[in-house]
Amino acid sequence: MKDDKSAGEHVVLAPSEAERCSLNVLECSGLVKAFDDLVAVDDVGFHIAEGETYGLLGPNGAGKTTTISMISGILEADAGKVTVTGKEITTRTTDGNAEIGYVPQDIAIYPDLTARENLRFFGKLYGIPKDRLGRRIDEVLEVIGLSDRGDDRTEEYSGGMKRRLNIGIGLLHEPSLLILDEPTVGVDPQSRNSILESVELLGQAGTAVLYTTHYMEEAERLCDRLAIIDAGKIRAEGTRRELVELVGQLDTISLGVVGSARRLVDALQLVPEIEQITAAEGSVEILVSGASGLLPRILDAAQKADVGISGVEVVEPNLESVFLHLTGKALRD
Amino acid sequence: MRAALTIAAKDLAQRVRDRSAIMLGIVAPLGLAFIFGLIIPDMSGDSFDVNVGVVDQDRGAISAAFIDEVLPAVAAEGLLDSQPYDTPAEARADVDAGNLTSAYIFPEGFSSSLESGGSATVEIIGNVDASISTQIAKAVLDSYLAEVDAVGIAVGTAMIAGETDVNTIAAAAMESPAAIALQDVNAENLELDMTTFFGAGMAVFFLFFTVQFGVSSLLEERLLGTLPRLLGAPIKRWSIVAGKAITSLALGLISMVVLAIGTTLLIGAEWGNPLGVLILMVSAVLSALGIMALVAVVAKTPEQAANYQAIVAVALGMLGGTFFPLSQGPRFLAALSKLTPHAWFLEGLGDLSAGQDLSVVIVPSLAMLAFFVVTLAIASMWRREVLAP
Repeated sequence: MKDDKSAGEHVVLAPSEAERCSLNVLECSGLVKAFDDLVAVDDVGFHIAEGETYGLLGPNGAGKTTTISMISGILEADAGKVTVTGKEITTRTTDGNAEIGYVPQDIAIYPDLTARENLRFFGKLYGIPKDRLGRRIDEVLEVIGLSDRGDDRTEEYSGGMKRRLNIGIGLLHEPSLLILDEPTVGVDPQSRNSILESVELLGQAGTAVLYTTHYMEEAERLCDRLAIIDAGKIRAEGTRRELVELVGQLDTISLGVVGSARRLVDALQLVPEIEQITAAEGSVEILVSGASGLLPRILDAAQKADVGISGVEVVEPNLESVFLHLTGKALRD
Repeated sequence: MRAALTIAAKDLAQRVRDRSAIMLGIVAPLGLAFIFGLIIPDMSGDSFDVNVGVVDQDRGAISAAFIDEVLPAVAAEGLLDSQPYDTPAEARADVDAGNLTSAYIFPEGFSSSLESGGSATVEIIGNVDASISTQIAKAVLDSYLAEVDAVGIAVGTAMIAGETDVNTIAAAAMESPAAIALQDVNAENLELDMTTFFGAGMAVFFLFFTVQFGVSSLLEERLLGTLPRLLGAPIKRWSIVAGKAITSLALGLISMVVLAIGTTLLIGAEWGNPLGVLILMVSAVLSALGIMALVAVVAKTPEQAANYQAIVAVALGMLGGTFFPLSQGPRFLAALSKLTPHAWFLEGLGDLSAGQDLSVVIVPSLAMLAFFVVTLAIASMWRREVLAP
């Protein structure tokens, strides 16, 4: 599963069994888009399975929005192919577009219409039957927490409420693929958490989600798989764990110790997966690969050595360090 | 088409809600037409009161033909009344008193001078408060004198050819002069009554502001960020443009129809045959749509588009004679006005309101449709990527 890594190379990790077995909602390959001399997207390709949340993680200007604009059929690709539920997507096709729920980065609603009117308008464009539309609007308003404000003009909404409606419009027609372009930019913490919870629920409900962000924490929390994108190219792709392993960094387990730290160190020598142990007064720091898997054995060893544990902290290497390793620059540069 | 209608319905709901379209499309033109009606004297009646006096000091064949044949024929059409006066002073006194709108003074030797190939002048005295009526009186005389010129040429040619009976030749050449004169008056020189003129003028002037709401809303969609959302929807791209065009057409037509009905009911305008008026209105709306679309594709923002469109709308409106009858300006202005749909619209309406048949709207309508086709073609070439996200 591991592959060697170096900046500038696109590293593809082998798909899991589960991935192979499930239906790919989105498949795109060889996407290229240039604006005059600037190549904004260069040979980008990936797939997303049913119920999977896939992240495009990269800094501003990395090519995330251009990529999803091509996937959504908004922007014509210079090269490459996109299919959603097997239907090809271009700027000239319409069949596949009904399978996509697109939530643009900027709030894209009509301020002089109410939330209900906004939803009704887009619902009609997406061909939702009249007898279903009203009920579906009520459901979406409930999901985004705007049931009691649905008949107010959206110009009276707070930024967070507008953001939620922005997402609600994308959900209205129950798409197979939901594309969210940096949906939490400029959002207060409460609304942000609400949005992230909604995305998690959608994934659990079987919706394929393509999520672009430059917030590492969001990508780590939401995404089953990720692509690191920079300067229009995908630099690496895989699960969070796979990406972290790709750069060869280890997890750190910090244990608060009641009793002899030395005795705990001796006991832990019997766990071969531990790469390094450092003891200090009242604490032991352990470097391992895959902390969550080893933690029960470590605690078991401490119990057998009759050493009390007063606290456990696990620090895993994050995507920020992966991004830095792959591109030579920080994620938020 | 379903998507285009959905987009148009949404746009229309927005325009009704912000009231700007109602203000510019209905309230402002109706208000201005009403105000012009109050401040311009000729607007007080339903039609022009053209009452002319005639002083014939010439008593020759040419002045007699005008007085005895042309004026009665014009009077029979209800366009002008005439009465004889013995002296210029009497006629002038009645013009000054407002009893006459104008007076013709044929000087002594007028006919003989023309018959001998020389030149002569007819004096027209006009009332300052009845300038349009004076223009009509002048137009009647101009038409007749143009015919006299033609007769002169005919006589000259016949004499060169050997015919010596000048009176016979002239009589033959002047066969039915009144009919010819009347036809000329109706087709080229007679304009709308002032009430209808300002109603129609304001309608077509503000039409260019009204249709801009539709064509500029593509720029607004881009500014709002909703354009990518529309582009990502399962609809054909042309339906987005079609939706905006339908919005413009609907706003323009509603505005024009409401104004036609409003000015008819409120200030007594007479627009003419409803079918002909409708044909002219549709043509005018399309021409405005094309021109405003061309202006919109040049602009980068809705504000910029609104500014450009205002400049173009005012310039074309002024040039097209929506604020004053072109007959009162220099001749070159009338010719130049043909570069605007406004002038064609008013010309078509003028002919229609004079009671002519529907065929008179064909040329003005085709001219306005030409504006639509040409400007839309240029707009398409100017920015093919009008739907770029």
